[in-house]
Amino acid sequence: MRWSRMLAVVERQLYLMRGSPARVVPLFGFVVIDIVLWGFITRYLDMVSPGINFLTSLLGAVVLWDFCVRVLHGVTMTFFEDVWSRNFLNIFASPLSVGEYLGGQVVSSMLTSAVGLVAMVLLATLVFGVPFGAYGAMVIPFLLVLFLFGIAMGIIGAACVLRWGPAAEWFVWPIPAVIAPFAGVFYPVATLPAWMQPIARAMPPAYVFEALRAIVLGRPFRGTSLLIGTALAVAYVAAAGWIFTRVHRHAVRTGLIARYSAETIT
Amino acid sequence: MPVLAASNLRKLYGMTVAVEDVSFAIEAGETVGLLGPNGAGKTTTINMILGVLEPTAGSVTIEGLDVMRQRRAALQLTNFAAVYAPLPGNLTVVQNLMVFARVYGVRNRQARVSAVIDEFDLGRFRDVKCGVLSSGEQTRVSLAKAMLNEPRLLLLDEPTASLDPSTARDIRARIRLFTERGQGGVLWTSHNMLEVEQVCDRVLFLSHGRILLEGDPKSLPAQHGKATLEELFIAVAREPLSLGTSDGAPSPGTL
Repeated sequence: MRWSRMLAVVERQLYLMRGSPARVVPLFGFVVIDIVLWGFITRYLDMVSPGINFLTSLLGAVVLWDFCVRVLHGVTMTFFEDVWSRNFLNIFASPLSVGEYLGGQVVSSMLTSAVGLVAMVLLATLVFGVPFGAYGAMVIPFLLVLFLFGIAMGIIGAACVLRWGPAAEWFVWPIPAVIAPFAGVFYPVATLPAWMQPIARAMPPAYVFEALRAIVLGRPFRGTSLLIGTALAVAYVAAAGWIFTRVHRHAVRTGLIARYSAETIT
Repeated sequence: MPVLAASNLRKLYGMTVAVEDVSFAIEAGETVGLLGPNGAGKTTTINMILGVLEPTAGSVTIEGLDVMRQRRAALQLTNFAAVYAPLPGNLTVVQNLMVFARVYGVRNRQARVSAVIDEFDLGRFRDVKCGVLSSGEQTRVSLAKAMLNEPRLLLLDEPTASLDPSTARDIRARIRLFTERGQGGVLWTSHNMLEVEQVCDRVLFLSHGRILLEGDPKSLPAQHGKATLEELFIAVAREPLSLGTSDGAPSPGTL
C-alpha cells in the first residue's frame, strides 16, 4: 500500500473543499445546530431534575455520537464525490488499489471529522460548560471506538452504493438513526427491551456510552467492557473492508464499474 | 515481449456472448486500431484490458504482467482516454492532473503536469474547472492525463470524436510522436476510417465479439474486394458472414 496514492484521494477532497462553502459548512454546521439544540434540552432537564448531571452525561454523549456520525459521513462523502462526478472508471482503471482508495477515504474522514469535533467541543465547553475533563483519559478510547465504528459504517454504506447504484445513497443517510436506538447514546442499554439488548451489545458505541454514564455518575465500570467495544469496532472495520472488496470484485466480474449508471447488469 | 498480449478473451453476460476468443498483441511503437460497429465488443475488450471487467476466460498481460493477478503493476504501465470517462468537472485542469499524477506515482509531479499542459496546449485552461470546458478541450485534458505516466500501453477510445479537424490532426500527430519515440504501444478505436488509415499500423475488425479481419489498413480493403476502409467497415457491420471469420468458427451471440 502506497501512502502517496492514498494521499491522492485526500488531495482531491482538499481541492474540492477549497472555495466550496457547500462542502465546508456541513463539516461543522449540522453538529453545531445539534449541540445548540441538545445544549438547551439538557439545561432544561438539569433545571427540572436537580441531582442528575444531564449536561455531562447527555450533552457529552451527543458530542461523541455526532463525532461518530461525522466520521461515517466523512467516508461516504469522499466516495460520493466519485459517484457524482462519474469518476469510477478513472479511479478503478488506475493503479490505485481498493485498500489505498479506502485508506484515502479514512484519512479524509479523519481530517473532516476533526473539524466537526473541535467545533462541537468548543461550543459545548464555552457555551454550555460541559466539563470534558470529567471523562479523563477515557476520552481517548471513547473517540477511538467511535472513530473505528464510524469508519466501518461508512465503508459499508459505500459498498451498498457501489453494489446497488447511486439511488442506494438513501440507504446511507439513515444509518445513524437506525443504529442510535441500539447504541445507548441517550439512555442505558438496560432500558431496552430484552430482544434489543443483545443487538446493543453487538454495537461498539454502546460500550462507550455505558462507560461514559458510569464515569459521570461515579459508578464503577469494567475496563474490559471498553476493550470488548474496541475489539468489536476493529472487527467491524475488518468486516467492512471485506464487504467492500467483495462488492468491488462483483462489480469487476459483472462489468458494473464500467456501466455504473445502469445500476445493475442483467 | 509485446506491450500488450490478449489471449483467448471471452466475456459472457449471462447467456449473451459479448466477446469470444479474442487474441491479439501490440508491440512497442505500434498503433493498432480496434474497429467495429457499435456493440461489436470494442469497449468490452478495452474494459478487460483496463482490469475493470473480468474476462470469463482468457488473459491480458501488459509487459508480461497479468492484469487480473498483478493489477497494480500492470496498470502502472498503462493509461487511457475515453469520451465516456471525462475527468471530474468540479476540479480545475491542474488539480485533476495533480491528483492523477499522484495516483500514477509520477515523479516530479509539478514539472510533469506542466509538461503535459504545454504539450496539449492547455495553459490558458490551467485553472479552469473541467466541467466548463468544451468537449474538445475536455478530450485534450483526458489525453494529457493519459500521458502523465508516460505509459507503455495507451488505450484511446475514440480520442478525436469531439475534436475539430485541426485539433484532431494535432492530436494524431502527438500520438504518432509517442509511438515513434518507441515509448509504448497504442490501442486506438475510432469510427473515422480516414483517421485510422493515417494513424494505425494494423487494424482488427471486431464483429459480434469476434475478430473478423486483421491486417494493414492500407491493403486490407483491396484484399476483400473493397475500395476503401470505410466500405470494408460497412461490409463488416452489415454482412459479416460474407467476409467470414479467420478461423471459420461460428459467430457468437446468445448461447
